[in-house]
Amino acid sequence: MLNRRQFALGIAAVAGATGSIKGAAAQTGPIRVGFLTVNSGALAAGGRQLEEGIKLFLKQRDNKIGGRPVELIIADTAGQPANTRTKAQELIERNNVHVIIGPLAAFEALAINDYIQQVGIPTISDSAAAEDLTQRKLNPWFVRAVSSSAQPAHALADYAAKTLKYKKISIVADDFAFGHEISAGFQRVFEENGGKVLQKLWSPLNVADYGSYITQIDRSADAVLANFAGANGLRFIKQYNEYGLSGTIPLLGHMTTIDEGILKNMGDEAKGVVSTGWYSAAIDTPANKEFVAACRTEYKADPGYYTLGAYLSGMFLEEAVKKINGNVEDKAALMKALRNLDLKDTPAGPIKIDEYGNPTMNIYIRKVETVEGRLMNKVVHTYPAVSQFWTYDPKVFLQSPVYAREWAAKG
Amino acid sequence: MTSNTRITLISVTLLVLALAAPLVAGQPFYINIGSQVLIAAIFAMSLNILVGYGGMTSIGHAAYLGTSAYVVALLTLQHGFGFYAASAVALGVVVVMAAIFGAIALRGTGITFLMITLALGQTMWGVAFRWSDVTGGDNGLPDIKRPDLFGLNLVEPGLFYAVMIALFVIALVGMWIFTQSGLGLSLQGTRDQPRRMGMLGHHVWLVRWIAFIIAGFWAGVAGIAFIGYHGYIHPLSLGLANSAEVLLMVIAGGAGTLLGPVVGAAIVVVLKMVVSAYVSRWVLLLGCTFVAIVILLPEGVVPGLERLLKTLLPETRNDGEASS
Repeated sequence: MLNRRQFALGIAAVAGATGSIKGAAAQTGPIRVGFLTVNSGALAAGGRQLEEGIKLFLKQRDNKIGGRPVELIIADTAGQPANTRTKAQELIERNNVHVIIGPLAAFEALAINDYIQQVGIPTISDSAAAEDLTQRKLNPWFVRAVSSSAQPAHALADYAAKTLKYKKISIVADDFAFGHEISAGFQRVFEENGGKVLQKLWSPLNVADYGSYITQIDRSADAVLANFAGANGLRFIKQYNEYGLSGTIPLLGHMTTIDEGILKNMGDEAKGVVSTGWYSAAIDTPANKEFVAACRTEYKADPGYYTLGAYLSGMFLEEAVKKINGNVEDKAALMKALRNLDLKDTPAGPIKIDEYGNPTMNIYIRKVETVEGRLMNKVVHTYPAVSQFWTYDPKVFLQSPVYAREWAAKG
Repeated sequence: MTSNTRITLISVTLLVLALAAPLVAGQPFYINIGSQVLIAAIFAMSLNILVGYGGMTSIGHAAYLGTSAYVVALLTLQHGFGFYAASAVALGVVVVMAAIFGAIALRGTGITFLMITLALGQTMWGVAFRWSDVTGGDNGLPDIKRPDLFGLNLVEPGLFYAVMIALFVIALVGMWIFTQSGLGLSLQGTRDQPRRMGMLGHHVWLVRWIAFIIAGFWAGVAGIAFIGYHGYIHPLSLGLANSAEVLLMVIAGGAGTLLGPVVGAAIVVVLKMVVSAYVSRWVLLLGCTFVAIVILLPEGVVPGLERLLKTLLPETRNDGEASS
């Protein structure tokens, strides 16, 4: 019988302990920022860079935004949508956060899209690029600090057709929504400018060997467009070189194909790759030079997509908090400020939020060159203030379905 | 009072306390965790029919949960079905699917069976991931609304938890009736002595096939609860990782016991969702927990504790088999 009592005591102790954990909510306490990232699983490398970005931002400001101290609460979603929802609930219901930054993957953002509307919590996306988050599945509580998937791809298509005078292009891309959206966006603008996409080869996300895809590439193509995420770009470009194609068919890429986060692990095979993105560590402005120097001091590496994504989210929050005089308890006011941001001077250049919650920002055409003894995405052309809708009328743009695997350009 | 009666009493008391714990904690966060434990528990119990009572280790079980959730999502989002009508269709689809998949997978036993279930499960994942026109592919299907029940809006965490408790109790009682039924007993017979059962005139294949369909049905029920809770379905939910996770729940908790999968589900969900807030290396902790269970309680937590209790609760006579 003693044991039964011990069990009962144990249960009582557990119940008591969980009951006593309460968020000490005070009106004038710190600004509580919930940070959804990925510390475990396949997406952990990006998650670490996100964390570095926000930590650097807070360190530079002595952990204060708009005069109020910041409490950063980091939650690991493990990159699984079901966990993401629970972690968002934990941040909102238990930690009483005022704002959420994250999550990393597009499907994670979609998984909590209805929940953040239901509870009404301002959410700044520091990485998730899914087109529909700021297009056909609009959420008034959502604002994005990075571009939509195809936003840089439209510009690259324009550059490839008009400046590089390419006529025929083969595409190799990751077989998931991000890869589909980028490729379709490129194809649309490229074919409207007289080009032709010869083929689209889809490789699974976790493919071990790109050989069978590289050998399928049509050799009559003027260039190959590689659209990859994570470390796949690194592996693809290496193999592209090994198959002897580097010198014969020029390689184009999306921002993440040759992001600074993986560029540091590449060699000469990356030289000459032309890519598109809303940022490059090589942007020649005082704001960016200062940011890159800080990253190099802190982390011994150039910042890329994720690092700046999180850093920009911090800047968004800071600007909005200042505008509402630090009263983050008024969530509606905070959200309104976030949706109307107009930042003149970020490391990525000027950023203005459009009426859908997506930034209108510069798109940089970059070319890999050796600068100061390391590989960098040197900016060769800048498309200023590019919208997620490119030059199309938003209303017309939104009438066609979201960019998908089987995009057939209908004009 | 025999030790078995005592153990049953202790189990029931602990179960009731555990079900009440989230309500004591009060915050919606813990109530939501409670709902998730119960959904995982129903899912794990369904797999337990195969793994525990049938001796058939399946590593593609998430396909049934996922398919059921996808059917509900598609019908409510694109075809104007109500949540409950869609759920009924989903259960029908899952039963048919289990009947077909069962007929294929039961051509083998042991490792062969395991590999076929793995292949079938990954096929369903592939369909969900690649047929993006219908399933949304990697973007999944978001924004499935939680239904009302008797005019009550289940968005309220407490109400949803109450419904989950009801569903869980139905599943638990159903599972208990099943294990005591002729079918359940002959299933356990085919697990231990398939040849002898055949000799005795039992149709071994048929018994297993029916068990496979019942397991699929309850995984489908878990799928409906899953989509009701999350309102979002993604190919990851019917992939290998999810199938392996539910198998771990069953094995860690104790395969072939009524409450084993429930305890296993609670351990995994709590470690994943609650402990991860305090321990950044929670995946490592999860791994260590499983290693500890395998070393200390190799038969699983529930049978292991039962064994310990029996040695700690001496009695005059021990009559009858293990009851829980």
